[in-house]
Amino acid sequence: MIECRNIAKVFKTGEVETAALRGVSFSVQKGEFVAIIGPSGCGKSTLMHILGCLDTPTSGQYFFEREDVSKLSDDELAEIRKRKIGFVFQTFNLLPRATVLRNVALPLIYAGISEQKREEIAKSVLRDSAFPEEFWHHLSNQLSGGMMQRVAVARALVNDPLLILADEPTGNLDSKTGEQVLETFGSLNKQGRTIILVTHELYIAKMAQRIISLKDGQIISDTKNQKEKILKEIRE
Amino acid sequence: MKIFDLIEETTSAISANKLRSGLTILGIVIGIGSVIAMISIGQGASGTIQSNIQAMGSNLITVMPGFQRTAGQMVMAGRGTAQTLTFEDSQAIEKEASYVQAVAPELSRRYQIVTKGANTNTQVVGTTPSYLSVRNVEIEQGSFISGQNVNNLAKVAVLGSTVRDDLFGEGANPVGETIRISGINFKVIGVTKSKGGTGFGSQDEMVFIPITTAQKFLAGSNYISTISVQAQNPQVMNQLKTEITSLLLQRHNISDPQLADFSVLSQEDILGAATSITNTMTVLLAAIAGISLVVGGIGIMNMMMTTVTERTREIGLKKAIGAKRSDINIQFLTEAVTLTFIGGFLGIILGWILAFGISTFGGITTKVSPFSIILAFSVSAIIGIGFGFWPAQKAAKLNPIEALRYE
Repeated sequence: MIECRNIAKVFKTGEVETAALRGVSFSVQKGEFVAIIGPSGCGKSTLMHILGCLDTPTSGQYFFEREDVSKLSDDELAEIRKRKIGFVFQTFNLLPRATVLRNVALPLIYAGISEQKREEIAKSVLRDSAFPEEFWHHLSNQLSGGMMQRVAVARALVNDPLLILADEPTGNLDSKTGEQVLETFGSLNKQGRTIILVTHELYIAKMAQRIISLKDGQIISDTKNQKEKILKEIRE
Repeated sequence: MKIFDLIEETTSAISANKLRSGLTILGIVIGIGSVIAMISIGQGASGTIQSNIQAMGSNLITVMPGFQRTAGQMVMAGRGTAQTLTFEDSQAIEKEASYVQAVAPELSRRYQIVTKGANTNTQVVGTTPSYLSVRNVEIEQGSFISGQNVNNLAKVAVLGSTVRDDLFGEGANPVGETIRISGINFKVIGVTKSKGGTGFGSQDEMVFIPITTAQKFLAGSNYISTISVQAQNPQVMNQLKTEITSLLLQRHNISDPQLADFSVLSQEDILGAATSITNTMTVLLAAIAGISLVVGGIGIMNMMMTTVTERTREIGLKKAIGAKRSDINIQFLTEAVTLTFIGGFLGIILGWILAFGISTFGGITTKVSPFSIILAFSVSAIIGIGFGFWPAQKAAKLNPIEALRYE
């Protein structure tokens, strides 16, 4: 579904050039659950931004559903993000003054869907993710961290994306709620969603079927993971 | 993004910080309010002057002694000092020029007027019976100067209503009483109806006597100060003007029209000059008020800049989930325009109240015209777009990655 060919990204600050990615190539099939892991500064955030069409590579090609998106304009990238990608951030990034329902429906505003339809879709997504109904009309800043991240996950799903990108989704949560959120990703994957999860914690990466390790802007390993075995480990 | 969502978004953003929004709006309210109030003063003044000039009479051409300048149409101040026009000139115009409805020669000067109990200093106008129709004057009590009075050099006087009030008390009937003008006794035969208006040659403040009497007993010369000519209809005004000019040139033995010792002005000329003066005044007042509007606009820009900075993460998120540049741009522009529109609307109300207050307590005529309201509204829209544009651009161009990381 997505394919990276020799992607490099160089940041320029004044005269100094920093290479964040140096020739990354891999592809992800539909329905895969991939974890990208590496220490901070390894380029995994940069890679996620490129995969999420938030940024374009300096060189190399990135195919999203066979379409080369590495040369698209800002607005064309926004169009892809709107229709095909769902984001989950470490810091949740909910609108604090808005209700849960409105937060979940937010991406649909930019897709030009009517208010009534938006509410319907948002409700069905919240129902599917078993989000307790009594909180639907609460303001999002009145929720606990775990609840907030569940709202964020629901928001990522509301436009029925092909790809879900999660950047350290458990980074701001305690281990128990973090686990719950990870389980949500697991079950979404079982429903056939493609998920790419970026983390620096190995035990989180082990939730995924496949782990890509980055170091100094290059892939150092790309291994299949036996999910069942990992799940067992976590339960024990 | 639909209109309704845009409105909802804007309302919640503006009401999120009511105090700040309110103070920002206040800047626009004061700006628009003062522009409207200032324009209303200017237009009120020009309305007053126009109605004063119109009250002088309709289809009126005025012949004054003095010199016409070669450059432009300005009249040199020679009125009253230069003595070039005579009663005979006015009679010649009446006889020889075509399209003349009536001619009223005038000899006016200020004199001290004394009665038994009071005295006043006012304009005494020597004239003929045609003055009534030429200058649109009506009689309230008694009668106006008759042709016989003029021929007999009668010592009779007709008072303006204000003069009557000053000398005999408000509403009194002075007909038959005697007044002294410059030491000479005159018999009051009538009072004119009040025409309103103050200054600028208000006829309510004049005393009318036969022109021959004025020449003989008061001025002691044959000259007159103006000739007012009424044309038959507005279409022949220019033709009549030319005719009067050539007639008088001939009578005064002047061959070069540039050297004419008199000037002929139609009401339109006077109106035009007065209008251009009041227009300049209106523009000046509006420009001064406009400065506060610009300051208000900068207030809007300042607030929008702060808002964009405060909501950087929100903008980043919206861009990440698919908002285009134009979506963000229009959202912040709408916010700025909404602020100025609310300010503009309240400003119009404030301006109206100010204009009303000025005319009630300040005694200055004001006039709030639809033009100034349309102007105020479009100016506030332009300010919203103009001063909101930069902050909106700044928001739209934010890089989503950096915006999301912004602390």
